[in-house]
Amino acid sequence: MEFLISLWEALPYELQYLIWTMIKIVAIVLPMMLLVAYYTYAERKIIGYMQVRVGPNRVGPKGWLQPIADALKLMFKEIIIPANANKLLFLMAPAITLAPALAAWAVFPFDEKLVFADINAGLLYILALTSVGVYGVIIGGWASNSKYAFLGTMRSAAQIVAYEIAMGFALVGVLVAAGSLNLGEIIRAQEGGLFSWFWLPLLPLFAVYVISGVAETNRAPFDVAEGESEIVAGFHVEYSGMAFAVYFLAEYANMILISALTAVMFFGGWLSPFQGWPVLGPLFDWVPGFFWLVIKTGFFMFLFLWLRATFPRYRYDQIMRLGWKVFIPITIVWIAVVGLAVVYQVPWWFD
Amino acid sequence: MNVFKNYFKSLFLLELFRGLSVTGRYLFRKKFTIMYPEEKAPVSPRFRGLHALRRYPNGEERCIACKLCEATCPALAITIEAEPREDGSRRTTRYDIDLFKCIYCGYCQEACPVDAIVETRIYEYHFENRGENIMTKEKLLAVGDKCEAQLAADIDAQAKVR
Repeated sequence: MEFLISLWEALPYELQYLIWTMIKIVAIVLPMMLLVAYYTYAERKIIGYMQVRVGPNRVGPKGWLQPIADALKLMFKEIIIPANANKLLFLMAPAITLAPALAAWAVFPFDEKLVFADINAGLLYILALTSVGVYGVIIGGWASNSKYAFLGTMRSAAQIVAYEIAMGFALVGVLVAAGSLNLGEIIRAQEGGLFSWFWLPLLPLFAVYVISGVAETNRAPFDVAEGESEIVAGFHVEYSGMAFAVYFLAEYANMILISALTAVMFFGGWLSPFQGWPVLGPLFDWVPGFFWLVIKTGFFMFLFLWLRATFPRYRYDQIMRLGWKVFIPITIVWIAVVGLAVVYQVPWWFD
Repeated sequence: MNVFKNYFKSLFLLELFRGLSVTGRYLFRKKFTIMYPEEKAPVSPRFRGLHALRRYPNGEERCIACKLCEATCPALAITIEAEPREDGSRRTTRYDIDLFKCIYCGYCQEACPVDAIVETRIYEYHFENRGENIMTKEKLLAVGDKCEAQLAADIDAQAKVR
């Protein structure tokens, strides 16, 4: 042990820093991968239950090993590259979708002090990264040299443009209300229990954000980019084996990210819902903030599955209408309202 | 007025929340999945599974080669050849059912005047080689011998309505 410590101290500072950073990255990414795997299991179980079925229950006790079996199967399958496909882009595209979904966690505050990179422009960084993720979808669909994939790509591109704006505007509302781009600061601005969180004063923006989030991640009922019944699997028809699995991982990682961000922006991240309340407040003081964050994130993750089990797919023109003609006007109006509330220091939230 | 009502409804996602509440309730509903290899669905006495040829209690085969089943079979799955036996009675020399052609309609069973050809409750069977799909007379009789008790009971159960 002492030998190891002396070895560690013998390393130059830069190397120490590098290793330490690497360890932190692994500590974030590894649980994330595991969470993604079991999120797929949860999805199949929950949707099954909502359809009065039981879902996967054969592999391992209660089907707990199902995601492991799925991953193993995909790893051993061949990655088929279509004729005349752009090989480099074809193989790069899944990574381009996955990387931002994982990189966005860098600025994410897991607890009061538990944040990998506490940068001031955190919100901008996240907006930028979630937009980059779409390029993976677009490039993948284009590089496949397939009509269906290309159709899926076109749909995805148009949809993302429409909803990115609504989502961005919703976040502008948050940043006006919080007065900061730093995610930690945004959470601190919401201190004071359940009704001080931003979901109440920013309710329309919250709804727009959640729905745009579903649209951004190409999940049902906005999954026209995949559209199994119309264009087979959309942008990833030509993908198989691990390349497909990476797309799959990215989709679920994005869902988790959007859920966590919703928890941070509108539901006070690590804050306890009883903070500052007479009796309940002190009673729950010992609960670590991370726990609250997990509960809130978990709820929104469940919401994604719930929505998928409930709604049929939107028609494409309706998606466009919703994005451009409903969400953007709502967000613009509410940003003005929030702006006024902040300027005139409307009590309870903005005083 | 209706326009406003509809606008209000869609803006506040009222219908969507109702949909969510339905699936939310179904999440806790009792599931009626049957865990197949361990549990099996109940089978009716009228179930039409694998075919069998029956015998009389004294061991004599019932089939008298009247070929009504062959005639009625809509899928032409049954092939029968018949000759008089040494004792002069009319019997089949060949009774084949091609299970790939058979549509399990039960008309053969219906047509049979002596309840010889019947469909059993057996539904778990498979073929591993070419030709195994042809149920020959020997195979049909063997199935019949194996399930005679069940078959007799099933036919008795339906006696009133036949």
